[in-house]
Amino acid sequence: MAFIEYQNLFTQTQVRGEPEAGISSDRNTWSRTGEGGFSWLVGKLGNAQLGPIYIGGLGFASIVCGTLWFVIVGLNMLASVNWNPLQFVGNLFYLSLDPPPPEYGLSFPPLNEGGWFLIASLFLLIAVLLWWARTWERAQSLGMGKHVAYAFASAIWLFLVLGLFRPILMGSWSEAVPYGIFTHLDWTLNFSVAHGNLFYNPFHALSIVFLFGSALLFAMHGATILACTRVGGDREIEQIVDRGTASERAALFWRCTMGFNATMESIHRWAWWFAVLTTLTGGIGILLSGPVVNDWYTWAADHHYQPQYPDGNVPGLY
Amino acid sequence: MALLNFERKYRVRGGTIIGGDMFDFWVGPFYVGFFGVTSVFFAVLGTLLIAYGAAMQASVMDGVNLWTIHIAPPSIEYGLGLAPMNEGGLFQMISICALGAFVSWALRMVEISRKLGMGLHVPVAFSFAILAYFTLQVIRPVWLGAWGYAFPYGIFSHLDWVSNVGYTYGNFLYNPAHMIAVTFFFTTCLALALHGSLILSAVNPEKGSPVKTPEYEDTYFRDLIGYSIGTLGIHRLGLFLALNAGFWSAVCIVISGTLWDGAWGDWWVWWPELPIWGPSEG
Repeated sequence: MAFIEYQNLFTQTQVRGEPEAGISSDRNTWSRTGEGGFSWLVGKLGNAQLGPIYIGGLGFASIVCGTLWFVIVGLNMLASVNWNPLQFVGNLFYLSLDPPPPEYGLSFPPLNEGGWFLIASLFLLIAVLLWWARTWERAQSLGMGKHVAYAFASAIWLFLVLGLFRPILMGSWSEAVPYGIFTHLDWTLNFSVAHGNLFYNPFHALSIVFLFGSALLFAMHGATILACTRVGGDREIEQIVDRGTASERAALFWRCTMGFNATMESIHRWAWWFAVLTTLTGGIGILLSGPVVNDWYTWAADHHYQPQYPDGNVPGLY
Repeated sequence: MALLNFERKYRVRGGTIIGGDMFDFWVGPFYVGFFGVTSVFFAVLGTLLIAYGAAMQASVMDGVNLWTIHIAPPSIEYGLGLAPMNEGGLFQMISICALGAFVSWALRMVEISRKLGMGLHVPVAFSFAILAYFTLQVIRPVWLGAWGYAFPYGIFSHLDWVSNVGYTYGNFLYNPAHMIAVTFFFTTCLALALHGSLILSAVNPEKGSPVKTPEYEDTYFRDLIGYSIGTLGIHRLGLFLALNAGFWSAVCIVISGTLWDGAWGDWWVWWPELPIWGPSEG
């Protein structure tokens, strides 16, 4: 049974030494927190070591602001069920901290009519931007490239479009996304309906393509590397600077399969761009909905890509 | 086509499942194999049938438009039977070709994996995508009793199907399996961004400084979030996340109209109606 062989899905033997303290850097102003411990369970999938962590000024301020956002949202939800903790859990998915109603426009409303929402949002915004600065500063301290920070900036672009840029262009904070499990799902569906089915928004389509493409790429890449771990495929950096048989087999697998292959470095550029373009195009699609195009359904008809069903059989309606 | 400078030494015989040495050769960069032949057969036939359907559509509409090509499944009245060619039979032929091509492609990947001495992770991963397609076009239609419940082949027409089927069950975003699937998709995208970024930032460091080692990668992530999964683990995690995204997508649609026929928002009432919350605050 040649098929039954070790596929390296889990680590069989965990080697345990002293925890790694991390590369020292003279650019660090704080010292790292924790000595580093081990988890056998975590070690089945990846590194067993947990910690240490570098908090730093930016991280500390970000965690404080993020906690304030979390606590403001939670307390508002708790207040909406008369401070009854049991009802809080029972209705958790239905509870919400909503943006102000439309009549307040871009002004600051009373606290219970969206004021808390705006205050919480400000803290969330600061927390996210500080965390972005942290992704930059941590790379800086180690002399690494800033690719994580640039990729994170693409996600923040979508976040800013949803909560800041588009509400300002629409002239009302009521356009922002509510903080609640079910309410943000309601918002998403209503947004699509209000703009004539978001599936006809070309930038939404692109965003979905890159989102699904990201899953496809990670499945392909993860599977390819795992399939080559027997010959050291997981040592990617080493294979990038000094190509070995793992890189060659990984490349030839795809060359044999589809006539084209990435390299050990370029596959990570494909990965980076697919993930980054997901939120980049998504943000463009949201920003255009309302301020530029109000109804994507009629926009699709105007631009000749709305399907027609002369026989009256509309897909999905039975 | 010229070979890559290291390609020649990997062009060895063996690894085939069917056909022995008979189809064990390459055409340009492509490996053929028995399943390469069947892949091409199904893919070409299926593509030609789609082109034929587009041409039929063009004869009643205003020419061919790539975006609005629409090849519909049979109407519900045909049940699980075969339909005439111009009333869904074309769709059925194309679906058979698609499944034939997908399965051939997966088995061809198995042969290539064996030839290169690699694990079978890629064909196994691809089989999750085939499973999702099979679920949408075969399992669910059979469960509901008509091929007409499959989605049509067309760029924007299949979006109409997704939209209308979604609204059939209220707000589809309330479907718990859909929630899980979306969460896996977003997490996969996040993890892919972080992995791609981390590798690129290690091998493209500050100007003038040498390429960074995995110790720098580990330090970066431990500094940032207190944990670095490591060079091997990230690929296990990425594969796990991506396959779950596809798997739960298949689950979320196969339970709609079969196990749950109402609005998905109503499904959730079991939670607030649990007796442990005490009397409702009204």
